[in-house]
Amino acid sequence: MDLLERFAAGDLDAFEELFRQHQKAVYAWTVRIVRDPGIAEDLTVETFWRIYRSRSSFRTGGNFCAWARRIATNAAFDHLRAGKRRIEVALSDDLSGPADIDPAVRKETRDRIKKAFAELPPKYRLVATLALVEEEPYETIAEAAGISAGLVKMRVFRAVRILRKKLSSLVIQPGA
Amino acid sequence: MNGENDEQLKQLIRQAIAPVKDAELQRDLWPQMLKKLQQHEPVRVPWFDWVLAAVSCLILFLFPSVIPALLYHL
Repeated sequence: MDLLERFAAGDLDAFEELFRQHQKAVYAWTVRIVRDPGIAEDLTVETFWRIYRSRSSFRTGGNFCAWARRIATNAAFDHLRAGKRRIEVALSDDLSGPADIDPAVRKETRDRIKKAFAELPPKYRLVATLALVEEEPYETIAEAAGISAGLVKMRVFRAVRILRKKLSSLVIQPGA
Repeated sequence: MNGENDEQLKQLIRQAIAPVKDAELQRDLWPQMLKKLQQHEPVRVPWFDWVLAAVSCLILFLFPSVIPALLYHL
């Protein structure tokens, strides 16, 4: 019996092995959505808890990585929807590489953008974060979120439209 | 015009919110996972507790007269 079969049968040792193999990948994906290391750790554990609970529904021939990523995305989305520390999380700079931030964009402008981003409805924020900030391909986001690539594209478009309304003065005058 | 603005906005977003890079997990989360699993483990009642409960029920069923005495002593 291989590892996935043993896991699906409820073997705790197999689950531990899978956990140790995939915890880094699940964490790395989650932290890109929630942008807070502490919350991402909690959500990683929550993700594996959900995985363990629904082990019987896992098709042993399936892709465990993709399945785990989808559950992680759902857990992160639930977190965004619950609105826990919504603004603070989005505004956190802890994970941002300073080299990536254009110094020409002033702090005030950055804060306005971050605030507007944080105020996006969760379903738009999820895809906008992954598509616009993390620059993930639409297909990857679609697979992780369990929706079509077309719907991802539409949600990104709507998110941009909402942001454009909120930040119209910035778009017209980029140096503001 | 809107298309240009959208591109400009996307560029501003990328400049304002940097992508998460090198997000390495700093510690092993298995102990936390194990704790969560143990917390949600169903409560197991030892077999002799079930036997004791069954015997008590049987006694009460066979000798209902003991019920008032039992209630008196409670």
